[in-house]
Amino acid sequence: MTTPTPVPSPQPLGPLVEVRDLVKHYAGERRWFGLGRAQADVRAVDGVSFAISGGKTLGLVGESGSGKTTVGRTMLRLQEPTSGSMLFDGNEVFALDSGALRALRRRMQIVFQDPYSSLNPRMTVEETLREPLEIHGLNGAVPALLDEVGLDAAFAKRYPHELSGGQRQRVGIARALSVEPQFIVCDEPVSALDVSVQAQVLNLLADLQTKRRLTYLFIAHDLAVVRHIADDVAVMYLGKIVERAPAAEIYAQPRHPYTTALLSAVPAPHPRASKQRIVLSGDIPSPAHPPSGCPFHPRCPHPKKSERCRTDPPPLRPITPGHLAACHYAEDPM
Amino acid sequence: MTTPPAPNGAVLLRVRDLKTYFVTEQGKGTARAVDDVSFDLYAGETLGIVGESGCGKTVTSLSILRLIPEPPGHILPGSLIEFDGNNLLALPLPQLRAVRGNQIAMIFQEPMTSLNPVFTVGDQIAEAAIIHQHLSRGAARARAIEMLRLVGIPDPDERVDHYPHQLSGGMRQRVMIAMALVCHPKVLIADEPTTALDVTIQAQILELLDRLQRELGMAVLLITHDLGVVAGHADRVVVMYAGRVVETAPTDALFARPMHPYTEGLLAAVPRIDAPRSRLHAIPGQVPAATAWPTGCRFHPRCPYAWEKCAAQEPPLLETGVAGHTARCWLVTEPERRQAKR
Repeated sequence: MTTPTPVPSPQPLGPLVEVRDLVKHYAGERRWFGLGRAQADVRAVDGVSFAISGGKTLGLVGESGSGKTTVGRTMLRLQEPTSGSMLFDGNEVFALDSGALRALRRRMQIVFQDPYSSLNPRMTVEETLREPLEIHGLNGAVPALLDEVGLDAAFAKRYPHELSGGQRQRVGIARALSVEPQFIVCDEPVSALDVSVQAQVLNLLADLQTKRRLTYLFIAHDLAVVRHIADDVAVMYLGKIVERAPAAEIYAQPRHPYTTALLSAVPAPHPRASKQRIVLSGDIPSPAHPPSGCPFHPRCPHPKKSERCRTDPPPLRPITPGHLAACHYAEDPM
Repeated sequence: MTTPPAPNGAVLLRVRDLKTYFVTEQGKGTARAVDDVSFDLYAGETLGIVGESGCGKTVTSLSILRLIPEPPGHILPGSLIEFDGNNLLALPLPQLRAVRGNQIAMIFQEPMTSLNPVFTVGDQIAEAAIIHQHLSRGAARARAIEMLRLVGIPDPDERVDHYPHQLSGGMRQRVMIAMALVCHPKVLIADEPTTALDVTIQAQILELLDRLQRELGMAVLLITHDLGVVAGHADRVVVMYAGRVVETAPTDALFARPMHPYTEGLLAAVPRIDAPRSRLHAIPGQVPAATAWPTGCRFHPRCPYAWEKCAAQEPPLLETGVAGHTARCWLVTEPERRQAKR
């Protein structure tokens, strides 16, 4: 592919992407002519910070309502943040005007979860891939892109409904790659796919990362999937990161009881594997009404759980070098 | 098909030569979604049916209670679904209705779309008890509260008057289970009961199903795409691919030594939480279309071991030598080919 002039910044000293104290609140329903009750704001993302070095992958894991998708979308300003900072290669993304943002978007792309609804059904694969090139005034070759994501050149003339889920997701990846980004938010890119196809797409993402030295934010609800792609893992619960560590470490020694429970809840594909399984009681609380103190305390199975957990929100703090957890008892993991 | 030795107890549900086809639009031919499927469900056991999208597992479960929309679907003559001495496929509708939701109950994947939004959960649970067991409204309401308590819903006296939208996804799935179990069925068909749920909620629901099965002594047909779910919860497993049963085995035997290359590939493709970061094994290609299954073994175009015979001739389900373990693969007769490939 022909690469137009800009960007290749020299090896950045700091991280390529850095998020500081990101907050996104959705306003609750207001009173209507003073009638009825006003609803509380939904605190979808409530003070999230992390950094990703160039060429690395951060796995962002959480269940529904944890705010993980909102983090990815506000980073690219597909949604406007309430407050906080997002540095991309030294640029403050949240301060850019629309022209500068558009220019920067070329370097930051997203792959969506649902390959059925994220492709325009009236556009052929070729049209879908050509559109971002035209917007950014680039010359890219569609056949080369298709080849790179493992699709035959004949797919260029097809419409999304003629493709399987895995093929559509490959098109979604090719669309993100077309503008030669450095950073890609992968928002649950394999959750809608069958196991055998999911493996194909995960391997493809890993290969592309090596080849193009891409940086990923890999959002997922599945800790097992993340294990196969991430260098670092951050676990979110109710809008906050509750644990963050290098991948090998978080799987070997989780420090937050929520991470421990999540790991234990993944059904292992061999019988009798179930060590003592931790089954959390209760539902995930609504982010409009998060519990007091530690947001996890009503469901927490930690034997040391105390009054302090109910009143005193634990900060995200280093437990060992590079391993952060937001639990008063992180030194005594379950 | 060879019948595996009865685990414990009698055959409750016998499925034989089930063929469910669909006429497709635009003259693309007939989709042979379920194509000659046979298996038995024994009293008290959990039988897992595993496969990916398009393998026919859901159509199989819907066929059992004749819930296939006709047209475009139809169950072919010669298929047999025997329950309690009757062929359900030949039963007149009123008698079939006496079985549905009463002796054989079903829970679906989507708790949001399977509940009626304009009735309270209590009304929906009580409905089956009023119809099948002729309870009075008062008695049915009491039964509904009892069922809500059984499935672990807090404050059942209050929740009974709630509408589905007032409940979380996990709670809705518990209500679905309460609805299914209100008549104490002998067979529960659970079609992807936890797929739409978060992983911590999934663990709760699976534990609940295990407990209820022990307490109520019913047989469960657990339909899922997740090998992890069957590993932890099924006694025996049927693996489906392209409308066919390709392997059937006791759960331990299947995971210890999968015999069909599809099962083997599927197991290797599952991301493991207990393995270090590594490339995943992927099965090349994709599931073929139900209107044009490949000739011979339907897996042969994607199979790493395939040879000429596989393209020409479809293997039957062959005994592997382990009790109750059969696989639809020529490798069973020529195991040296598997070694040669490794």
